[in-house]
Amino acid sequence: MLSRTAENLFWMARGMERAENTARMLDVSFRMSLLPSTIDKQALHFEPILDIAPGSGRRFHELYDELNHETIIRYVALEPENGGSIWSLIHSARENARAQRTAISSEAWESLNSTWLQVQNLDFEGLKRWGYRDFFDWVKERSHLFRGVVFGTMLHDDAFRFIRLGTFIERADNTARILDVKYHVLLPQGEEVGGLIDYYQWGALLRSVGAFRAYRNVYRDTVYPWRIAELLILREDMPRSLHHCYHNLIGTLDELAGKKQLECRNLAGQTYARLKYGRVSRIFRSGLHEFLTSFIESNNTLGMQIQEDFLMIPAAVAGAA
Amino acid sequence: MRSSDGKVRPAYADFAGLLDGLSIESLVTKQIAAEELFRRLGITFAVYADGGSTERLIPFDLIPRILDRAEWELVERGCIQRVKAINVFLYDIYHDQEIIKAGLVPADFVLLNSAYRPEMHGIEPPNQVYAHIAGIDLIRTGERDFFVLEDNVRTPSGVSYVLENREIMMRLFPDAFSGQSISPVGNYPERLLENLRAVSPSDDEHPVVVLLTPGRYNSAYFEHVFLAEQMGIELVEGGDLFVRDGHVWMRTTEGPVKVDVIYRRVDDAFMDPLAFNSDSALGVPGLLSVIRSGRVALANALGTGVADDKAMYCYVPRMIEFYLGEHAILNNVHTYMLRDPKQRQHVFNNLHNLVVKEVQGSGGYGMLIGPASTAEEREAYKLRVMQNPENYIAQPTLALSTAPTLIGGEIVPRHVDLRPFVLSGKETSVIPGGLTRVALVKDSLVVNSSQGGGTKDTWVLERS
Repeated sequence: MLSRTAENLFWMARGMERAENTARMLDVSFRMSLLPSTIDKQALHFEPILDIAPGSGRRFHELYDELNHETIIRYVALEPENGGSIWSLIHSARENARAQRTAISSEAWESLNSTWLQVQNLDFEGLKRWGYRDFFDWVKERSHLFRGVVFGTMLHDDAFRFIRLGTFIERADNTARILDVKYHVLLPQGEEVGGLIDYYQWGALLRSVGAFRAYRNVYRDTVYPWRIAELLILREDMPRSLHHCYHNLIGTLDELAGKKQLECRNLAGQTYARLKYGRVSRIFRSGLHEFLTSFIESNNTLGMQIQEDFLMIPAAVAGAA
Repeated sequence: MRSSDGKVRPAYADFAGLLDGLSIESLVTKQIAAEELFRRLGITFAVYADGGSTERLIPFDLIPRILDRAEWELVERGCIQRVKAINVFLYDIYHDQEIIKAGLVPADFVLLNSAYRPEMHGIEPPNQVYAHIAGIDLIRTGERDFFVLEDNVRTPSGVSYVLENREIMMRLFPDAFSGQSISPVGNYPERLLENLRAVSPSDDEHPVVVLLTPGRYNSAYFEHVFLAEQMGIELVEGGDLFVRDGHVWMRTTEGPVKVDVIYRRVDDAFMDPLAFNSDSALGVPGLLSVIRSGRVALANALGTGVADDKAMYCYVPRMIEFYLGEHAILNNVHTYMLRDPKQRQHVFNNLHNLVVKEVQGSGGYGMLIGPASTAEEREAYKLRVMQNPENYIAQPTLALSTAPTLIGGEIVPRHVDLRPFVLSGKETSVIPGGLTRVALVKDSLVVNSSQGGGTKDTWVLERS
């Protein structure tokens, strides 16, 4: 397969996955902001979203004078100037797909294209009429639909595998960032667990990755911070956990690499071992924030190594010349 | 469709019978169905306007243009003869330049031509073929009178419409195809691939052939996708290829793959930023050196454009006589060179009867159609010509033949031309049919798709 094709498919999947996760975060922050005790500090619940993507906060302040929940939602959902907005992510996913229309199934193309057509001319007034929550749900649904269409209509060949790589690299990154931004909430501070605010905040965190019910099913217990961390980092059967992402990455890379010794396969394996044999107590002892920062960094390195190993970066080829 | 005495020409007899049995309403319904099919298959071309581009459908007319066997054989022989001569001419001017020495073509016409590539001098292309794919634009003015309007030997496009138009006609009029034998065109991609493989410089049994496109903003991008898919080869852009160790390689997820043959749909000037247009992002740095060393084959070769501009056109009949010792089977339209003061004066005096074109122009842009022009337009055009007379030629307006066309629920005559596609490898051959373009505007002579022209399927009947 042409490397450019792989590159487009990889970034198409990443765009859609990240659009979904961004919608999830906005959704949770919006819910939190509706809690009576915090009504006067609405923006506080949204502000961390700006920190999730590096440089995003600075760009926000260049574009908007005021920081409130409306400007933040507008910036993160619809701002074309913000490369990480849902609007921009869907646009870039669609452009990547458009460049490779023959490499994906026509159903996959049509699904993504119609998502784009619906969001293309949406302005903030339109978004408010639509309703924030309904819009966020819609983005999640379109992402689910796209993933399902890809799974159900495409040949499970290399094209499919590069789409999967994009999905899991991006999802691992997003889950880790969500955890990291909220890490202070998870840090055990010796105080009594189970307070009302804690309950809602942890609940919100779980909901943002669609894991609230999963937590209940797995632990059948009150929400404890170390268990949330365990669920989202170490549980293999939790579809948005880091372990689950790496389980899939490893399998997909093995299929793509065949007998070749690829550096990206080694990198993925090292991280996978940390997740597979890790203990949540040890992670907390050496610092959750440190763990997550180092994970995000190595996940990022893996993403670049994948692009290099499969020649997606022209410079990598020239460099080898 | 009808001869001068008003009778339905024999070639059209069967289809005319079929049309008689159909109401106009059902024809219009079929027309709508055809458009729907084109849209669904994504057969579009990009039109550039106001800085942006939009995807449009080329209007398709469902009444075919039909040629009988004898008519076709004339066209076929004429096109083959012409392309053969052009290929020998290209070999000659990039080697011994006999035709210039013989004084038949002025040296400056060749050597100062902006499409002449000195870098190609002395290169031995496989089978001595430069123009592997050619499109010859023809018009018809009488029963047996075909004129060549223009030769296209750079990167001619339009063959995808030939194939798709046929596909759609077979769906809409299955009876017509079972009732009479119409020469099939569907094996074009296979023949093209065969020809491309045949020019591979490597001994490999399965040479790697790629189609190089400028990308999805190119107006013919759909055709590039279509042909690559039909031939089962990779559709690459400049960034997908690189030069290393004297070979051209393609970046794939399995690692670099050596490329043997490039079917390129990128203009000469953009092929190698190191050798030509240095700000081109469409080409491959270092490509020219690999071509020169014979380690990659290019179809069409670089530097073919010198043979197909509107000034060199005048010399093609001479090429045919000089190289093949034959008379030209297809007529040339009489052409005035505006560089020549006497001819220019004649043209200026008769501008209202003539068509003036830019030598390097294409797509129907930048031309003056005398009979359709106002006096002011003619005066303004004269001024333009005087700035650079070498750049212009003039031709008489010809009585282009018409073909029945469905417009606004009526069947009316519209002017048409024909572009057969000629493939050259070890042999030279033409696919039976070609692209019929039709000027949809009443009395218009401009058939270019960029200016409101449409297309028709072209049928060649097997029996005479």
